[in-house]
Amino acid sequence: MRSAGFWSVVAAALLGGLAFAALTNNAYYFTAAYAILQALIMAIAWNILGGFTGYVNFGSAGFFAVGAYCTVALHKFLPSIGIDPPLFVFVFASAIVCGLIGLAAGYLTLRLKGVYFAIATLALAIVFETLIKNWSYVGGAKGTPILTPDPPQFLWGYIAFSSYVKYLFVVMLLLSLTAIVISRYIVNSKIGRGLAAVRDDELAAECMGVPTLRLKLISATVMGALMGMAGAPYVFMVSFIDPASAFSLEIAVNSIAMPMIGGTAYWYGPVVGALLLGTAQQFISVTISSELNVLLVGVVLVAFVILAPRGLVGLVNDLRAKAKRHG
Amino acid sequence: MAIAATTVITDPGLFLNAVVAGLFLGGFYTAVALGLSIAFGQLDIVNIAHPAFIIIGSYLVYLLFDSYGLDPVLAGIVLTPLFFAMGIVVYRVYYASFERTGQESLSGLAFFFGLMFIIEVALIMMYGVDPRLVNAPYIGMNWKIGIVDVPLRTAIPFAVSMLMTIGIYFFLSKSFIGRAIRAVSQDRQALQLMGADPVRVKQIAFGLALATASIAGALLIIIGSVEPWMNRGYIGRAFAIVVLGGMGSISGTVIAAFILGIAESFVLTHAPSWTPAVAFGILLVTLAVRPSGILGRQS
Repeated sequence: MRSAGFWSVVAAALLGGLAFAALTNNAYYFTAAYAILQALIMAIAWNILGGFTGYVNFGSAGFFAVGAYCTVALHKFLPSIGIDPPLFVFVFASAIVCGLIGLAAGYLTLRLKGVYFAIATLALAIVFETLIKNWSYVGGAKGTPILTPDPPQFLWGYIAFSSYVKYLFVVMLLLSLTAIVISRYIVNSKIGRGLAAVRDDELAAECMGVPTLRLKLISATVMGALMGMAGAPYVFMVSFIDPASAFSLEIAVNSIAMPMIGGTAYWYGPVVGALLLGTAQQFISVTISSELNVLLVGVVLVAFVILAPRGLVGLVNDLRAKAKRHG
Repeated sequence: MAIAATTVITDPGLFLNAVVAGLFLGGFYTAVALGLSIAFGQLDIVNIAHPAFIIIGSYLVYLLFDSYGLDPVLAGIVLTPLFFAMGIVVYRVYYASFERTGQESLSGLAFFFGLMFIIEVALIMMYGVDPRLVNAPYIGMNWKIGIVDVPLRTAIPFAVSMLMTIGIYFFLSKSFIGRAIRAVSQDRQALQLMGADPVRVKQIAFGLALATASIAGALLIIIGSVEPWMNRGYIGRAFAIVVLGGMGSISGTVIAAFILGIAESFVLTHAPSWTPAVAFGILLVTLAVRPSGILGRQS
């Protein structure tokens, strides 16, 4: 997609979202849209390391939950010393903490074969879960209730949100668009070409002078930061947070399945996957059952990696190329 | 604190009991990790769904016990051909979809992750989330040797697992197929040049790896009740053991399983809520300090 076209789509999505927020008041729509956007950010984050670089991360839920708990801790600590920061401070802090964790995990394992990184991320998620279960300040294994703040007002009351969930939806929309812009920038830049070289043949890339370790570390850091960013607002979305729900494996499987369905080599692959699968999930958990919902994700994931390893975007591109050859 | 509480370190009785309990646990963990040691260590197939197959084993053992009153260990043995066949099918799909095209690193991992999810949710949808139990005369029996407790509920799994491990060790080192399996893990191309078909050898090896899952599943349900989501806790344990043991070395796997079992047993006596982190802690430290494991070759 050319730049002008891309930016007009981003602007249209932003305006569309704001219009949606201004015109409707049904909290269900915002909750559903929030869930889809959260999955979207995590799918994009996963894809930066998983898709562009070829290193699978099974610990998405771990990064997400650390982001959320970072916010829980700050939300409890800062008011006790007389500071009541706005939401973006939490988002920023969570992103930094999770980015650093991504960097550290990457430094430990990215020099080894990719498989080790995958297992190490799974390990990290469980280690963090155990840590948080034993940390009573943030509620321990029992979890902790979070009071939903009053909906904020901006520009001296000219922009006022009628409910907090609506505000969170707008925040999540902004974060999603930020993630998309970052992801597109990375894949189109020199970094992205380096990452693709790492994915296709790491040894060859290293021999050609590509700084593979540094690129992988950048990729792991961005991945962690985006995951943490998605976790921060979640705390205020749910009125009660506990380790079991924050670290649930459903979050991890979603963030792998969505890029795989869309197509991992493209920045818009995870966007397509998240919008399709996310919407289907919202629909199925309301109309049928949440178990079937999880089963669906597993079946779709396996079906796509076997039948269409390059995702929907890859499939469409193949069909187009074929049509061109024949026509 | 002024009053020193009796700890595992200061009280010899507690210490001995923790060590014995840890050895038994380690014996069971050997059975859990053995299949992964073959699949991941020797065949380079990162089967993170292996613990999920173990849970399938537990449920099938439960069904055989529930409908025919079959002894759980016997049920586990009866089920091995089925798991062997399952392994061949899974490897066929894996080979055709990923290994042949060289996409095993990314898509292969995602494949097993999805498979694990399907197994877990399918079990929940079929049998619900209630814990399942089996019964046998030895479950609940307790021997006491001196000051050491020997509960047969963990001693029997220990013994069965050790027998299975010895059997597999000799199979891999002495039999023709076993040597072919080790050859395919060392140099696939050389094996091909010797006129053997690496795909067929790997298929048998993966079948063998999954066959151990039915026995491990039987042992799991002897030790305690089983629920569909329990595989998650064993992913980390199994991988920690395989990596610590040195990727595919059977004796390394046994040693690593004992190390983990004893470590968990000590943590369990003092801070039970920290036990899930033990395996992963060991795994992270191994990856950071000596990724080739204790008995692995330094590369």
